[in-house]
Amino acid sequence: MDNSNIKSTFVSRSSTPIRLFVTAIVLMALWQAIVYFFDMPRYILPGPILVFSKLIDNHQLLFEHSLITITEIILGLFSGLLMGMLFALQMLLFKPVRRWLLPVLIASQAVPVFALAPILMLWFGYGMTSKVIMAALIIFFPVTTTCFDGLRHTPIGYLDLAHTMGANKWRQLWHIRLPAALPTLSSGIRVAVVVAPIGAVVGEWVGSAGGLGYLMLQSNARMQIADMFAALIILALFSVSLYYFTDQLLKRLIPWHREQAGH
Amino acid sequence: MTIAVSLNDVSLRYQGTEADTFSNLDLDLVAGQWTCLLGPSGCGKTSLLRLMAGLIDQQHHVSGAITCSDEQGLQNRIAYMAQQDLLLPWLNVIDNVCLKTRLTQGSVSPQVREKASQLLAQLNLSDINHKLPDQLSGGMRQRVALARTLMQDTPIVLMDEPFSALDAVNRYKLQNLAVEVLKNRTVLLITHDPQEALRLSDQLCLFSSEHKLLKLNKPDTAIPRPVDAQLGEFQQTLLAKMQGQHG
Repeated sequence: MDNSNIKSTFVSRSSTPIRLFVTAIVLMALWQAIVYFFDMPRYILPGPILVFSKLIDNHQLLFEHSLITITEIILGLFSGLLMGMLFALQMLLFKPVRRWLLPVLIASQAVPVFALAPILMLWFGYGMTSKVIMAALIIFFPVTTTCFDGLRHTPIGYLDLAHTMGANKWRQLWHIRLPAALPTLSSGIRVAVVVAPIGAVVGEWVGSAGGLGYLMLQSNARMQIADMFAALIILALFSVSLYYFTDQLLKRLIPWHREQAGH
Repeated sequence: MTIAVSLNDVSLRYQGTEADTFSNLDLDLVAGQWTCLLGPSGCGKTSLLRLMAGLIDQQHHVSGAITCSDEQGLQNRIAYMAQQDLLLPWLNVIDNVCLKTRLTQGSVSPQVREKASQLLAQLNLSDINHKLPDQLSGGMRQRVALARTLMQDTPIVLMDEPFSALDAVNRYKLQNLAVEVLKNRTVLLITHDPQEALRLSDQLCLFSSEHKLLKLNKPDTAIPRPVDAQLGEFQQTLLAKMQGQHG
């Protein structure tokens, strides 16, 4: 790597947080300007300064409700990932399961998961369980399909090689098919971490006693729109951080995917 | 122990097709020698190799007999080297070389790793044990694939154009290296390159467009043969013959 390359790499890496910071400042300045010049009432659009003051004043309340939502999202993610991967494995290993369940899985997408929220409340109550199930259900399809696709499309050369080496079905699955499926599955996981918070919050909107979705509904009903925005900002920050963390983790755990894509 | 392999009256027809891919083939692989099978694309030579490697599904129509001189089956006594190196991108070099142990025993012992490390050193691949395949050049990757083949320690090696993706210099070097390290093994090499076939064959066959095997002349010297005037003459004759086959 020559000097100019080192310099450009350094500049591009160090400038990412600066770029994000500048973009955020510009957007907030624009937001404040709209509030100021159009004289927006605070029950329609509160300014960023007011929202930030609410973030500080109500930090204890926001923290408690954030913890509930974050727990729901994380638990929903883990259960959805586990269910999706197990389902995909079953479809790969047992042909009758694939023949019977794949059409059902595809047809199930005709029913919007949001429409199931009231039923889930009825069955599992207003506690955390129904929201965890909502988050898990909403990511189940992308995880299952990407995992199944990855497992089905193992390069035939790898399987031929394993066959000539005398590997049995299970060792082929563990040492060849599963690692080969990881890059495709990682795309499903990236989608999952983006949509899981939607599932949890929608669940809270339909019926709950805590969480950021619940707080947003309560604030809306009391015309405390600045509180609502504060909850929204926390939710957005958490979703973005979760995506960034997952993306970095997957890049680290599956380094060959990046290298292959770069070729 | 070296093993000879005989193919007697072997035919293959893929399910759902009317015509045989090849039919009534007879071929003897001499024990401890290199047999090269030359032929144009689509003539069925790769199918023959896959059949020997046990990679053709039961649902297809196969007839004839493939027998070994020690009267045992081919299963688990074959190493397969394909056109692509087939190195697993998630395993480092040493783990790729030890792949057979991993796939048959589940884990790799330090002794096996040590043996693999020595093999890599023998192939001039020291200090890359912990690199991932994507960090290697094409020539190095194919040498690692050769090390993996050696590590399988089988008496029969089937090679499907393993040098075709390499540049001329790397191809030449790797051909010499392969002959050196695969000494005393029964090798079947499939290629569409007449020069490669003439350099590496103790026995040379042409897969004709009528899906029949024709035995061809080659120089009487030991392999790997140098690319000299004599080889050039044989190559010229061979090309004329192949041209005739193409019509």
